[in-house]
Amino acid sequence: MRHGKYPFIIGFLAVPVALYAIFVVAAYIQTFQLAFTSWSGFGPITYVGFDNFVKLADDPLFKKSLLHNGYLLILLPIVTIALALVFAFLLNVGGGSKGGMTRGVWGSKFYRVIFFFPQLMALAIVAVIFGRVFASDKSGMLNGLFPDSWAPWLFLADERWALTCILAVLVWQAVGFYVVLFSAGMGSIEHEVYEAAALDGATRVTLFFRITVPLLWNTIQTGWIYLGIAAFDAFALVNIMTVDRGGPDGATSVLAMMIYRNTFEYSQVGYASALGVVLFFLTLTFAALTLRVTRREAV
Amino acid sequence: MSNVTTVAAPVRAVRQSEKTHREVRAFNGLAHIALVFWALVTAGPLIWVVLASFKTNTEIFLGEPFALPATFSLETYFSAWDQAHIGRYFLNSVVVVLVATAGTMLFGAMAAYVLARYTFFGNRVIYYLFVSGLAFPTFMALAPLFHILKNMGLLNSYVGLILVYIAYSLPFTVFFLAAFFKTLPHEIDEAATMDGASHTRKFFQIMMPMAKSGLVSITIFNIVGQWNQYLLPLVIMQGQGAEEKWVLTQGIANISTQAGYHAEWSTLFAALTMSIIPMIIVYAIFQRQIQAGLTAGAVK
Repeated sequence: MRHGKYPFIIGFLAVPVALYAIFVVAAYIQTFQLAFTSWSGFGPITYVGFDNFVKLADDPLFKKSLLHNGYLLILLPIVTIALALVFAFLLNVGGGSKGGMTRGVWGSKFYRVIFFFPQLMALAIVAVIFGRVFASDKSGMLNGLFPDSWAPWLFLADERWALTCILAVLVWQAVGFYVVLFSAGMGSIEHEVYEAAALDGATRVTLFFRITVPLLWNTIQTGWIYLGIAAFDAFALVNIMTVDRGGPDGATSVLAMMIYRNTFEYSQVGYASALGVVLFFLTLTFAALTLRVTRREAV
Repeated sequence: MSNVTTVAAPVRAVRQSEKTHREVRAFNGLAHIALVFWALVTAGPLIWVVLASFKTNTEIFLGEPFALPATFSLETYFSAWDQAHIGRYFLNSVVVVLVATAGTMLFGAMAAYVLARYTFFGNRVIYYLFVSGLAFPTFMALAPLFHILKNMGLLNSYVGLILVYIAYSLPFTVFFLAAFFKTLPHEIDEAATMDGASHTRKFFQIMMPMAKSGLVSITIFNIVGQWNQYLLPLVIMQGQGAEEKWVLTQGIANISTQAGYHAEWSTLFAALTMSIIPMIIVYAIFQRQIQAGLTAGAVK
């Protein structure tokens, strides 16, 4: 029965493990190594100890980018999950009870199909679309909708609001996915639970906070981590949508953008790798913290 | 629920029925307003893009974003197809994603199957090596990835791009499918072995068909993920003559930059429309499977 087991195992693992080792594992290991060098991408490699990290600490753009990632990290999950929970609740339980059955509002399937579509679109294409939606003259969708008497809004060209525009686009794309995800979770909550609570005179608001949210907690937690990781990225949006790719005046710079520019435009591979290492530990800390803070007893 | 409430509830329910009825109606109205609002927010920009693709530059700058175009002509579409090469980018994306997803599924399923159902020295190490890939952000390793490909002579080639797509899709694919293969019953497995089926044959003829639902979900997940890739092609498809080989996301981003210089906005909108419409059609047909596939990872 054990005949030929090892040749089979090796045969099946060889290609996937080799691909993964060459393109993923080796690349990540080299990032950690290059973070301690001043390599420009060409020529000899010189080790410089922690110099890159010291330089990072004094780099105003790094501080700015870190703040921007932090802003997205906090607001993207909160806004997206709140909106998605409300919409999913309205779709699934909003229809009121007839004959003792809670049901979704009329047309809930249709709404779900529409809400979900942005998730299918490439972030790069979404970025191009919203670059025009937010255009700062009458050709922009939003400025076109505003009354003629208004002065055009600058949106992405306005330092104060550019990052919020990025946030809005990320939320726009993500909400539908979480509506579907939470809807699936709500579908598995027994009808009897809602009915019993409704008989006890619970209002819809009570149902939402006392039943739906606690029973969906695990799904919400997963969503929080996914959205947080998305907030660390945002590269496509910043690279395509924003003024001067990260501007105006660094107002939308994020870590991913810094890494890309230092690698391919400033020939500072060592510095970019140090940024990558920082990013890695930030992501890890975030995931661990989220799991710890949101952990609760099973309901 | 205690007995007391079961008895008391109907009485209270009758007394409240009038009030509840009104409350439900008001709530229902508000619910619809909120849902319609978000449906408009979602679909609005897409409808606007389609309308603008038929407009002249003057019309676009007139404001009134949702006014119908003065004339419907496909001219902008021809120029997006010819001059902006949107057709070529689209085809490039299709080829790359087809091959890369097929490769991902084959190699991912092979690795996941062996890791899930065979005990051998090093099994756990390899498994956790794959799964730990989920924790690393892709763009952290851009520079080394670029130089690895350069040294192998795979820069600016589809082979390089496809291999990288496969490699970066493996962590999630292996993680998901390994969990799936674990749940398949062992009895059939053993029966097949008794009948003298080889390990390889068992995998292709018994395990793969049994794992069909999991394979479909994760295939959709990978197709969508790879279709939407922007960062990896941006890093890999650069150099001489790279424009010819660009994938759709790169092409669109470039048309957007070009449109800024030449003020050819309607061409950009036509290109956007052409890249969105096929997705809408595919989505309309496979809507249920796509939703299931994309959410599969989060539900797990």
